[in-house]
Amino acid sequence: MNAIPLWGAIAFAILIVGGAGLTLLGCIGLARFNAFYARIHGPTLGTSFGMVGIIFASALYFTLAEGRPVMHEILIAAFVVITTPVTLMLLSRAALHRDRSEGAPDVPAPRRRIAAREPQPDTKI
Amino acid sequence: MTRILPHPILTIALTLFWLILQQSASVGNLILGLAIGLSAGLATRSLGLDKPKMGKPWKAVELVFVVLADIVRSNAAVAWVILTHGNSPRVAGFLRVPLKLRDHTALAFLSIILTATPGTVWLEFDEEAGELLLHVLDLVDEEQWIDLITKRYERRLLEIFA
Amino acid sequence: MSATIIDFSLIIAQVMLGVGMLLTVFRMVVGPRAQDRVLALDAFYITGMLMLVTVGIRSGSSVYFEVALIIGMLGFVSTVALAKFLMRGEVIE
Repeated sequence: MNAIPLWGAIAFAILIVGGAGLTLLGCIGLARFNAFYARIHGPTLGTSFGMVGIIFASALYFTLAEGRPVMHEILIAAFVVITTPVTLMLLSRAALHRDRSEGAPDVPAPRRRIAAREPQPDTKI
Repeated sequence: MTRILPHPILTIALTLFWLILQQSASVGNLILGLAIGLSAGLATRSLGLDKPKMGKPWKAVELVFVVLADIVRSNAAVAWVILTHGNSPRVAGFLRVPLKLRDHTALAFLSIILTATPGTVWLEFDEEAGELLLHVLDLVDEEQWIDLITKRYERRLLEIFA
Repeated sequence: MSATIIDFSLIIAQVMLGVGMLLTVFRMVVGPRAQDRVLALDAFYITGMLMLVTVGIRSGSSVYFEVALIIGMLGFVSTVALAKFLMRGEVIE
């Protein structure tokens, strides 16, 4: 293990504290907002720059400590970037579907209602 | 080319992923990674996905930088909303955006862009009407958001996937 | 000097992530609806994954990196399955 130079330590501290702070802010948003569609914006802070800050801090630390480029943390970043749209889109569509089938007033109605395409959740096939 | 390599980008990306995961670029790992990438490409061919038509792929570099700048900006904006209006955002609301994009790969990229920038969440896309339903955390000016999506992202995606 | 800075910033980051995980647990318990709980679970596993990365930096070993990847994959699959369940009421169709 090599000693880490001062500039590396300072850059590491900025990256990791910034990333963790953004993730924490996202969790605060998730806990405090009063509507589901507002809450869904919270975790995207953690999955964008919160994640990037911590991943880059880890890559920087291991690169400096081991004296060779360590890049495998980038895989986590790529994985999160690819999967987050899928989970959030499925989740928000499920919430939209549930709100619509309950007739919630503050949710936009679908453009054209085709009854055959969207079975109600309680119909057993 | 198309028989052995139906999805060259997928094959190259998976091989690269394997090499990064193993943290070595030795011949053995290269062969193993190529085997994984090639078999995954062949397996994906049997799914029968439609291939995206590339127009000007080099424009993607410009798009990456535009999106990175927007991610920084919207991170700050959402953090500010959480800090100042913690209980209920003032003007959060739904937004309908008419889109000209129809290519499924381009729409997938647009969904990644919109989800990666905090403050916008993709709800659903109506393919017949070509209309996208979004939820925006800070919906001060609807026209500005529609302009942002159509002029900044959609125009470039239309150029990339001609 | 730099070892002190790294230790100190790691502690701050881990405390922040821990508080964030507690907040997501709060949302998971309070709800009020099922989609809020699933969203909180999604945020919980991502925050936990980042926490494991910081634990990996503290211990200096890259074993935790693989654990973080596996947590990410399992969390992704479980969130997708739960969202599917919310949409239709059954996972296997």
